[in-house]
This record gives sequence, C-alpha cells and structure tokens, in this order.
Amino acid sequence: MTATDTQRAIETVWRMESAKVIAGLTRIVRDVGMAEDLAHDALVSALEQWPTSGIPRNPAAWLMAAAKHRAIDHFRRHKMLERKHQELGHELETQQESVPDFDAALDDHVGDDMLSLIFTACHPVLSTEARVALTLRLLGGLTTEEIARAFLVSEPTIAQRIVRAKRTLADANVPFEVPRGAELAGRLSSVLEVIYLIFNEGYSATAGDDWMRPGLCEDALRLGRILAELAPAEPEVHGLVALMEIQASRAAARTSATGEPILLLDQDRARWDQLLIRRGLSALQRAEQLGVARGPYVLQAAIAACHARARTASETDWAAIVAIYEELARLMPSPVVELNRAVAVSMASGPAAALDLVDAIRSEPVLKSYHLLPSVRGDLLVKLGRFDEARPEFERAASLTRNARERELLLERARDAQRRVVPGP
Amino acid sequence: MRFLVMVKATKASEAGIMPSTKLLEDMQKFNEELVKAGIMLAGEGLHPSSKGKRLRFDGETRTVIDGPFAETKELVAGFWIWQVKSMDEAVEWLKRCPPPHADGGEIEIRPLFELADFGDAITPELRESDERLRAQTGIKR
Repeated sequence: MTATDTQRAIETVWRMESAKVIAGLTRIVRDVGMAEDLAHDALVSALEQWPTSGIPRNPAAWLMAAAKHRAIDHFRRHKMLERKHQELGHELETQQESVPDFDAALDDHVGDDMLSLIFTACHPVLSTEARVALTLRLLGGLTTEEIARAFLVSEPTIAQRIVRAKRTLADANVPFEVPRGAELAGRLSSVLEVIYLIFNEGYSATAGDDWMRPGLCEDALRLGRILAELAPAEPEVHGLVALMEIQASRAAARTSATGEPILLLDQDRARWDQLLIRRGLSALQRAEQLGVARGPYVLQAAIAACHARARTASETDWAAIVAIYEELARLMPSPVVELNRAVAVSMASGPAAALDLVDAIRSEPVLKSYHLLPSVRGDLLVKLGRFDEARPEFERAASLTRNARERELLLERARDAQRRVVPGP
Repeated sequence: MRFLVMVKATKASEAGIMPSTKLLEDMQKFNEELVKAGIMLAGEGLHPSSKGKRLRFDGETRTVIDGPFAETKELVAGFWIWQVKSMDEAVEWLKRCPPPHADGGEIEIRPLFELADFGDAITPELRESDERLRAQTGIKR
C-alpha cells in the first residue's frame, strides 16, 4: 500500500466513523465542539501513525480508543475533573473513579449517542441553515468545503456558521440527550425538517445551473435510513424515508434530453427506479403498521405511493389521492395543500369542482406571489372552455415565476388561450 | 454511488452445502451493520448454478444451456447493492465482512453506471434517441 493509499483509507474510515466517535465523546465531555476537536486529534494521530504502523485491524475501535485517550489527557490537563463531576452530577459520582469510565460509556450507548447527536445538531435553538450545516458536518461526515460546494456558499461562510452553531449550543447549555415525552414530537419534526430540506436542495436546487444535485439527495437518504434504524418506532421517520425513496426513484425521468424539467404525469415511467420504489413502499408499510394516526410525512408518502403504483399516468387512483389530501388538509391546513388538493379533484371529478376550491383560496396572502395558483386556475378555465378568462391567469403566472423556461411555457399557453377565444356577438 | 457487490461461488457453495449457523449469524450481524449505516439497498443469496440456466446468443440462434457451470470461481453465489460515497468506502465496508464461505472465497465490487457517468460523451441527440429506444423496449437504465 502506498502512502497515498493509506491516506485515502484513513480519510474513508474517518468519514465512516467520525459521527460515532463524536457522538460517544460528546456524551462524556458534554460539548459538541470539544468532542469534535478531540475526535479530530484522534484523526491526526491516525494520519501520523498508520502510514508506518499500518492500518489497524479494527480502525474504528482504534480511532475511538485514541479519542478516548485524548479526552482523558484533556481532563487531566485542565484539572476539570472535579468540576465536571459536579456538572455531570449523579451519573459520574456513582462510578467512584478518578476518571470517568470511558470504555463503558463509549461502548454501551452507540445508538443512543448517535440519536442524541442528531437531536443536538437539529436543535431548535439553531437557525435552519445552521442545523443543516451542522448535521451534514457531524452526521453526514462532509467536510466544510463539501458543504460549501453543495450549497454554493463560500467555505468561510459555512465554517463560520458551524463555529457559531457550536457556540450557541454551548451557551444555551443544550443537554446531550434524546428528548422524551411531550418534547419528543416537536424535536423530531425539527430533525425530519432538516433531512427533508437537505433532500430537497438536492432534488430541486433553488440556486445554480443544475436542476438536481444528486449527492445531497444521497446524503439525506442515508441520514433518513440511519434514523429509521435508530428510531424504528417513529412512523413519521419511516414516512419521510418512504417519501424520499419514492421521489428519488423518479430522478432519471424528471429531466428531458435538453435539460427541461418533465412534470410527473408526463414522465416516462419505464425510467423510474423500481428498487427505490420498492424500498419506498416498504418504508411506508412499516410506518402504517405502527398503527397510529398518519402524520404529514406518512400522508405525503402515501400520495407519492399512489403515483408510484400506477403503471401509466392514466391509471392513477385520483380518488384515493383526493382522500389523502383531505386528511392532510385536516391535519395541517394550508393554502398550498388546498391547491394540490384542487389539482387532484380536477383529475378525479372534473375542473368545475376544482375551480370552486381554487377560488376559495384565491385571496390567501401566502399565495399572493405563488405562480402555481394562477397557473392552475388558468388550466382549469381552459378545461372549462373559458379561454378569455384563462389568458390573464397564464400571463400573471408568467410574471410571477423565476424560471425562464417555465415563463416561456406559460406565455405560450396565454397566447394559445387568446387564439381560442370565440369572438363575441 | 451505487455498487454491485458480488459474492463469488466456491466448491462448497456450488455443491449446495449450506453455511454453518455461525457463518449465518456473522453474516446477519454484518447485514445489520450495513442497514444501520444506511448503505444497503438490496441483498440476496443465490442457489448453486446447478439450478440455473444460460442462454447463448449466436446470430439468430438462441441456445439454452443447463447448469451447473464449470468455472466455479467466476460464478456468483450472492449479491448486495450498496450506496456509498466512493469505491474506497465500499472497500472499507467489505473488509469488515466475515469470510463469505467456510472455504474462504472472493467478493467483487463493481460500480453501477449512474446518469452522470455518461457525461458529455452522450450528446443530447444521442440521449434522445436512446430514450426513445428505451421507451419502446421498456429497458430501464
């Protein structure tokens, strides 16, 4: 093995193990920033020693042990032991030792530690963008440079964001634990939000030239799959995984040869990835078998599953989709959900019923500059043969969209509606 | 990135000798690690090649050949599909795999083609005609 091979192997092992090492250390030192520094010291030792000593048989255990020694050194050097004893209180006092029992602490709680780390990185005390950066760094094993590249932000900006996030967590004295009871639901939804946000940034990039950044989708899926094993009793976790798997299954079908987005109903379903669909459907089944009321992610996954099960667009079970949207609207009423429901209603029962729904939400302030509202309304009016009313809707939609290709398409539809207007008497 | 990880056959696996309980347990544990790490997309074991068939293509002729097949070490006894960051990561994971058969064996890792791999080599026109073909034949990338 050459020196470069060894270096690459070390970096790979680090990427695979860093989250576990950092999680285990945080449990002991109670500070994510300090834990990351200590873990990083262990990596430096590996980079110094492995090229001559060779890569150990169990590199993960080696890294963990090295980090543990660093932590002990740290405790001794800073004579923090007594103070930490007091801070940690009962847990360490009962161990009756001069240094905490690191071996036991590191080995026994890998699952809990990982889960605690996820909850810490996604703590509501942090801004959304800080949560995203910290999650990718601590759990996803991405470097600052990789995160910066993925989000088209400068490296110093991301580095700053991570430093500040760690300081905020320390200042707020955020406990390193898995939240329980009443707190759990809210904290879990913050975690799911972060993972889905990472996925969506990869799936339909909000900035830049690329319509998709598949690397981020993979990172989010992996985080979701890990979380599903750490918290198997949480239906919404499986719901989110199901939603992401099914959406990812369409990746190859959602862009044309020339790079234009292809809408769901126009996609070539032969290009959908059946392996991911199968995984998505079984994750959804896992969620539903837990037998509690379906939450927002499970419902969205159930809608995605209706599309995934239809071999052609015309076989779509629109009545089932309408029913799920109704359930979703009761659970989290929102004009955007209503608009989606209207589209499903138009497919299930025709444009007239759908137009009533759209008109009911027309004055919602949230939708004021949402181009899909006039676009959907225009589409329904065309189906009803009311071309003169459809034209201004498409023009309005065109003025609201930020996507040049979409604007062109909407203006074309406006011109088309104009041509079809029957002159009055 | 996705990888096909193929467990090659051995004399024992081809003879239909089932793995020991210990080996099954070790493999089960390894599989659990893969699932916990979020990288295992699929995985299956295969019957010996004596239960398999091959089709040989020669011009218009199709010849069906019954198993077993000779070149044991080149046969596949089982496979995974993994999604990991890199070939390096796949290799590191595979190092942690228990020996796949009582009599040793070999495991091969091959990257799957991803959309990005075609890069500029495939022009929009080529890609469009390829898509048309795929749509007609129902072949999926």
